[in-house]
Amino acid sequence: MLAYAFKRILFTLPIMLGVSVVCFALVHLAPGDPLVSVLPPDASQSIKEQMTKLYGFDRPYHEQFGRWVVRAVQGDLGTSIRTGRPVSAEIGKAVGNTLMIAALATFIGFVLGCLFGFVAGYFRDTWVDKSASAAAVFGVSVPHYWLGMVLVIIFAAQLGWLPPTGAGPGGSEAWAWDWVHVKHLILPAVTMSVIPMGIIARTVRALVAEILSQEFVAGLRAKGLSELGVFRHVVKNAAPTALAVMGIQLGYLLGGSILIETVFAWPGTGLLLNDAIFQRDLPLLQGTILVLAMFFVVLNLAVDVMQTTLDPRIQRA
Amino acid sequence: MKEIATEVIRSPGYWSTVLRRFARDPVAVIAAAVVLGLILMAVFAPWLAPQDPLQGMTLRRLRPPGTEGYPLGTDELGRDMLSRLIHGARISLFMGIVPVFAALAIGATIGIVAGYAGGWTNTLLMRTVDVFFAFPSVLLAVALAGAMGPGILNSILALTLVFVPPIARVAESVTTGVRTRDYVEAARASGAGALLVIRKHVLGNVLGPIFVYAMSLIAVCMILASGLSFLGLGVKPPLPDWGLMLNTLRTAIYTQPLLCALPGVMIFITSISFNLMTDGLRSAMDIKA
Repeated sequence: MLAYAFKRILFTLPIMLGVSVVCFALVHLAPGDPLVSVLPPDASQSIKEQMTKLYGFDRPYHEQFGRWVVRAVQGDLGTSIRTGRPVSAEIGKAVGNTLMIAALATFIGFVLGCLFGFVAGYFRDTWVDKSASAAAVFGVSVPHYWLGMVLVIIFAAQLGWLPPTGAGPGGSEAWAWDWVHVKHLILPAVTMSVIPMGIIARTVRALVAEILSQEFVAGLRAKGLSELGVFRHVVKNAAPTALAVMGIQLGYLLGGSILIETVFAWPGTGLLLNDAIFQRDLPLLQGTILVLAMFFVVLNLAVDVMQTTLDPRIQRA
Repeated sequence: MKEIATEVIRSPGYWSTVLRRFARDPVAVIAAAVVLGLILMAVFAPWLAPQDPLQGMTLRRLRPPGTEGYPLGTDELGRDMLSRLIHGARISLFMGIVPVFAALAIGATIGIVAGYAGGWTNTLLMRTVDVFFAFPSVLLAVALAGAMGPGILNSILALTLVFVPPIARVAESVTTGVRTRDYVEAARASGAGALLVIRKHVLGNVLGPIFVYAMSLIAVCMILASGLSFLGLGVKPPLPDWGLMLNTLRTAIYTQPLLCALPGVMIFITSISFNLMTDGLRSAMDIKA
């Protein structure tokens, strides 16, 4: 087990290196001078040269990359051009907010997805299965940013029950676990939850149907085990895969929160990314993407190791 | 020389069986009809649309659906909503389909070469693919489009790069499965070159599953492409695109809620139809999800 985990970590290192190369290359993919957003258009040649030197853009690519990686490993992702604050501080402030809605959305999605998936898998080809599967197809097909708008129209604009945007009253960013703040959490999290709901429901339905068709289930029933007892066996067999899918979905939501956060003006990493793109704040853009991608890589690794631990049938080379 | 007269009795081929099974699935058939309808709408948009999608009337801004002469109302610049939605099918479908097909061409090539060659070639190609697979798809699309700047071409490039890794992975695993089959071994043992074996024995067996997998990505690509436009990273105004329309109409969310939701309905109908159609195709081909 430990040997496997170690091997898996070792395999992840080149991926991490590759991911950082891609993040680094993004800045140089951008058309024009990377300093264009920092400098006023009438900056003199000597100031331009000074700034280029200051940011290290005059050095060869491999040297720039090396310095960037070494600093990033130490937690220094550079300085945001927009605010002048360290990029890591900006990300640190935002990442908690995103984690909050992503985790809540994954939880809602997991509960509903498992419910729909189990029901559909158990009562295959009945109307129950059809409606549960329809809910799953809805989840994977609906453009979630549009669903967010529709929910805002219904619950904020028409009914006035929930606030349409922000993370606190009056746009305050200090979070507290009281109803005034939690109210802001509901719409973004529910909107976000439809994606994991759909995917988990589909996975669980296929899993349950497959497990129920196996001979050991017939055996359990033949020896007189109650339906509840059989159900426990099904859950045990489906759990590792379902949990793994849930973990990956959390990673997708964390990385893909930009659309939802833009709809709800939720002050997380997605909104940060949005600002970074439109204000051409390249260090912030680079840093945010790097952190989110690394998080996804580590989460994948954790899920993989966890799944192997939970399910000894998985033999991995 | 004696002519041998042979009468060929054709058993129904694989694809006609698939088609027959597909036709028996009413949901899939309806979904396919909707997809066809949307494509026809995109092709014949200039003839179907009652008005010019770009010509606005500032005096008639944000009219609700049902206004006389404007069955679906007018947008924030007084342009006919119905005409814009019809014309929007052109760019929106284009942006949903083209990246997937481009990624299919690139990803399938990488995957088949890697799967067939094995060894170092496989390791090198697939580890490179893994790096891009290590990004959540929305993040990768946004990062690339954000770095390159808004525009249709940049969005298509970004989305293509997003879909190459998953397609390459599927292609690689299917090809690896086929490569070790006896008939492929036999062909190789009899001295057939790599290209000949791939063309005659491998392609026919792997293209079907890869194609169906790619089809299932069209719905995702539609949502992602419209999402990029929604963020302001895709299609630029004044072109009618459903995602961009959702973005520009957001300001009217309190005054004309029904109107604002319309472009999203179109995205939703398109993506759910593609999903249901692919599900039907997949079960007709008996490919496990």
